[in-house]
Amino acid sequence: MMSYHADERGYYGEYGGAFIPEMLYPNCEELRQNYLKIMAEPSFQEEFHQLLKDYVGRPTPLYFAERLSKKYNTKIYLKREDLCHTGAHKVNNTIGQILMAKRLGKHRIIAETGAGQHGVATATVCALMGIECVVYMGEIDIARQAPNVARMKMLGAEVRPATSGSKTLKDATNEAIRDWINNPVDTHYIIGSVVGPHPYPDMVARFQSVISEEVKSQLLEKEGREDPDFVVACVGGGSNAAGAFYHFLDTPEVGIIAVEAAGKGIHSGESAATSALGKVGIIHGSKTLLMQTPDGQITEPYSISAGLDYPGVGPLHAHLYTSGRGEFISITDDEAMKAGLDLCKLEGIIPAIESSHALAIFKDRKFKEDDVVVVNLSGRGDKDLQNYIDYFNL
Amino acid sequence: MNRIKLKLQENKKILSIYFTAGYPSLNDTVKIIQDLEESGVDLIEIGLPFSDPLADGPTIQASSTAALKNGMTTTLLFEQLKDIRKSVSIPLILMGYFNPVLQYGVEEFCQKCEEIGIDGLILPDLPLDVYQEEYETIFKKHGLINVFLITPQTSDARIRAIDDASEGFIYMVSSASTTGTKEGFGTEQATYFERIAGMKLKNPQIVGFGISNAQTFQQATEQAKGAIIGSAFIKHLTQNGVNGIGGFVGQIR
Ligand SMILES: Cc1ncc(COP(=O)(O)O)c(C=O)c1O
Repeated sequence: MMSYHADERGYYGEYGGAFIPEMLYPNCEELRQNYLKIMAEPSFQEEFHQLLKDYVGRPTPLYFAERLSKKYNTKIYLKREDLCHTGAHKVNNTIGQILMAKRLGKHRIIAETGAGQHGVATATVCALMGIECVVYMGEIDIARQAPNVARMKMLGAEVRPATSGSKTLKDATNEAIRDWINNPVDTHYIIGSVVGPHPYPDMVARFQSVISEEVKSQLLEKEGREDPDFVVACVGGGSNAAGAFYHFLDTPEVGIIAVEAAGKGIHSGESAATSALGKVGIIHGSKTLLMQTPDGQITEPYSISAGLDYPGVGPLHAHLYTSGRGEFISITDDEAMKAGLDLCKLEGIIPAIESSHALAIFKDRKFKEDDVVVVNLSGRGDKDLQNYIDYFNL
Repeated sequence: MNRIKLKLQENKKILSIYFTAGYPSLNDTVKIIQDLEESGVDLIEIGLPFSDPLADGPTIQASSTAALKNGMTTTLLFEQLKDIRKSVSIPLILMGYFNPVLQYGVEEFCQKCEEIGIDGLILPDLPLDVYQEEYETIFKKHGLINVFLITPQTSDARIRAIDDASEGFIYMVSSASTTGTKEGFGTEQATYFERIAGMKLKNPQIVGFGISNAQTFQQATEQAKGAIIGSAFIKHLTQNGVNGIGGFVGQIR
């Protein structure tokens, strides 16, 4: 049977691999040789799950959204990643990676961040473990995301502005990679999504897979079956989606719906809908779909949600798209903002704008009345308050 | 015979210079190449600018951004170089990141290089195994030498594998760093240079990263066959435009 998981060399179909300069080879190789071994150690599993439980607050609830379901005439469950410590699923990965870094004997952590969610999640686990933390963030994003910059500083991290290129997430990622090249021995790079060279996409997906693992047992309890009919998640780089899809990837009966940000419209020139607009290429060491010029220069995406504002997608998602295993839907800024406000009014939950994209599909994508649809609510909207205020003139 | 291989047979230390095509001005490419040859440089690396140069420090990031802003593209560079073999005979290498080559089409790219008279490619993010499995036959068909990098962190076993896969020279990155980041050499480099010299590789090595003047050129080439200057030359171009290239090269050796 065809599997949608990474093969030994980190390929998902034709996507993935490690397209890295030789300077990064030893770092990635050390990780590649050790990650599965370390993750399989009982002491690692024990520490990881203990922290997820006591520190992150897992398992997160699987909540039947009754009023939302009624409105769209189907059965909608929300996987409440918004209730994780720090406000999003990102911390599942940073907990896993900080434990990995410790076992690899690393004394220094670097990370990239766009909106600051992954930066905060990384700064948090570094504070927890007492490890030095440097977060690269585009100069433009630093100006746009002041509260998260302050959070990272309060948590003891150093926030370094990325001033190259377009001064946003992709450049922050470049800077983090450059830092890793310059500090190959003592530093671990905590990548924030299922992107980058092998083994990152697979490792991050495994750490996030706790989401679908929990969904299975929670759904069994509520519906008498482990498998939903559909799982829906937004895709920036694709980590919350990878976690939500993970245990259903090789179960064809479960429909997989990935939601990308169309920004101001797919063909507006201001969009982040990578599957629709991207072509095969190399970004941050991975062969995947990415937005680029005909000349192969990587272009700057746009979305109202900073977390979806990435010009590529993880290789898993490129494969889900190309193979047809996943259904890809893109949602505009306006559709997402309306769906976000809708959730506030109907369920009393203020979602992150990223997650609002996943919620926005119900307007046009119809489901059967008895379909069980799980939406991964990847984060809460506190960080987006200013955006909501500006958009709705609150 | 390939011009790089011929040059490497000469009994002398090789001075190689890198510059970013399209910088400082869009149409400086041919003039820079001609002046470098005239100044006695042995080998030229023409940089194909990329939006996201992961392995480069601030100097080459800036020259790449400026070159793209000036309008440089792969197609335009090939256009600028189409008659280059009428005026120069120096070995020419194209250096860049893999994505623009992939978009141009690897086969078409190599075909074009052969037509122009390019002798080799350096694509740091094209990994050894992928090259061997997918592209080696194409490169060879078009007479192109592919140059691999090694660093102080590269294991002996991997250096041997790279040596086996190489024909031409090995690009010996002097320290764990991005380009233009570290200046000068310390004991770590001395140990590394010794270690590599002791391995008696079949391919000569040319050292890059951290070479900016006569002293560092001298140190780098004590054991290695040659050395590459990149960021220091870009800085010269930033300050002087295309003037005084002979003077710059003259103070290196
Ligand atoms: C709440 C939330 N959801 C989704 C994302 C997008 O990331 P990914 O696609 O890796 O889940 C982010 C990124 O910052 C986020 O903060």
